[in-house]
Amino acid sequence: MNVLGIETSCDETGIALYDNDKGVLAEALYSQIATHAEYGGVVPELASRDHIRKLSPLITQVLKDSGCTPVDIDGVAYTQGPGLVGALLTGAALARSLAWSWDVPALGVHHMEGHLLVPMLEDPAPEFPFISLLVSGGHTQLIQVDGLGKYQILGESVDDAAGEAFDKTAKLLGLDYPGGPALSALARQGNPERFTFPRPMTKRPGLDFSFSGLKTFALTTWQQHQDDNDREQLKADIAKAFEIAVVETLLFKCKRALKQTGLKRLVIAGGVSANQGLRDGLTRLQNELGIEVFSPRPARCTDNGIMIAYAGCLRLQRGESNDLNFQVRPRWSLENIN
Amino acid sequence: MRILALETATDACSCALYQDGEILSDFQLAPRRHAELLLPMLEQLLAQAGCNKSQIDGLSFGRGPGSFTGLRLAAAVTQGIALGLDCPVVPISTLAVLAQGQVRQHGAKRVYAGLDARMQALYWGVYQQDEQGLMQALIADAEVKPDAVPIDNSAQDYYAVGSAWDEYQDMLQQQCQPQHISLETAPDAQDLLPFALAALAQGQDVCAADALPVYLRDNVAAKSAAMRAKQS
Repeated sequence: MNVLGIETSCDETGIALYDNDKGVLAEALYSQIATHAEYGGVVPELASRDHIRKLSPLITQVLKDSGCTPVDIDGVAYTQGPGLVGALLTGAALARSLAWSWDVPALGVHHMEGHLLVPMLEDPAPEFPFISLLVSGGHTQLIQVDGLGKYQILGESVDDAAGEAFDKTAKLLGLDYPGGPALSALARQGNPERFTFPRPMTKRPGLDFSFSGLKTFALTTWQQHQDDNDREQLKADIAKAFEIAVVETLLFKCKRALKQTGLKRLVIAGGVSANQGLRDGLTRLQNELGIEVFSPRPARCTDNGIMIAYAGCLRLQRGESNDLNFQVRPRWSLENIN
Repeated sequence: MRILALETATDACSCALYQDGEILSDFQLAPRRHAELLLPMLEQLLAQAGCNKSQIDGLSFGRGPGSFTGLRLAAAVTQGIALGLDCPVVPISTLAVLAQGQVRQHGAKRVYAGLDARMQALYWGVYQQDEQGLMQALIADAEVKPDAVPIDNSAQDYYAVGSAWDEYQDMLQQQCQPQHISLETAPDAQDLLPFALAALAQGQDVCAADALPVYLRDNVAAKSAAMRAKQS
């Protein structure tokens, strides 16, 4: 089955063609980072305006790159939610009408399910069941994955997502949007010994996270050292302490989740999983606990069309599809699907 | 010749099918329900006409101005169908569609078409019928303040239409005196068809990727303070 995937939940327009026999046939991605940088964050209306401009050219390009013609395509999958309502609606409307024109089934996919399942396309791929740590600008969740549609959220952030905390702390330090990657880059110059930030919620039982306090801690530290001569080094040292605190907290909870469930496979996905500190920490965890750690290649950690094409393909193969009266679901818990 | 037209710029969700001289259309006032209604409406129109979608020769949609979400819905659905069926697209101003509706309903020669743009503003167009019976913009569509709309002082036989007249009738009548005001009248997809037929005959169409909304209002977000400081 050959499925066209369309992702427009936030600020990336992602298109891909996935065939369950041949794998990923082609993909294209347009990132709107430059559009939103001027505004210091994603502007929903501008995101929608970019999606409607980019969708058709990218779809045409993916068809061309894959060497496929419309008759080769068996279904269209699109992100139904969660995400920005206008952005979702643009992708869903185009996807649903394209499928109608081609006389093939269409299916709305849960964005986070896309992230959860896309590591299955890597070699080696994890076998079910596994624990997944989803860390992005919008989410921080520990999920037990027992199979397609069998997801149990073990823990999640009670306030800021990890990536959001990175971005906000970067903003406090005056780094350009999107600050998360800039903060990580700055942390490489930082002295890990100088400051020690708290590890939020590690002293309490459970698997939930809280990252908003770290941002405040960073601000306080910044304000207390205003007389420092070397301001750049101060920034780097704060960035380093912040990054270590986030990474250590994530690893602590992963370890606890693995112990609690007795599972031996850990999958990490989402934009923050591209963070080198986190990847290094996971390698340590792997050796320490004798578990297997899986992660998709960095380009598939962030939003992309492949994950939607793949998750859509699995579900279309089960015979699922949506009627013509499509709807999007800006708020949609992963636990409400099966 | 078969042309499919859709218009979702306002609370009205409508579509129309032209098939060899005959017109079928559907029109529903359904705020925020356009996404779920539009494709089933199209399918039903085609079924009524006994027409298969593969027989469609061209598409037309109301490109705006209007509700941003509504414009993108029409544009996205149009793009999807145009890509899927590989057929040409004719985007038409929603204000022109409103004006053309006044030709169909009242034989109007000239029209002030206005849509309430919220935030104390209007989308405003001044239209005049050409020799082919098509409404053409005399003054380009623009976002304007309700107390300062562009007027054509050379003629008196104007018709007026659109939600701007529902919302700001008194203020607008202080500036111009149309001989007839059509209240509570929304753009209807069937009024896209005369434009689409003419444009397709002359090869004035675009491809799927260029089936884009025309918002008129482009200042939709405030730049961050840091960015303003940097740029100044």
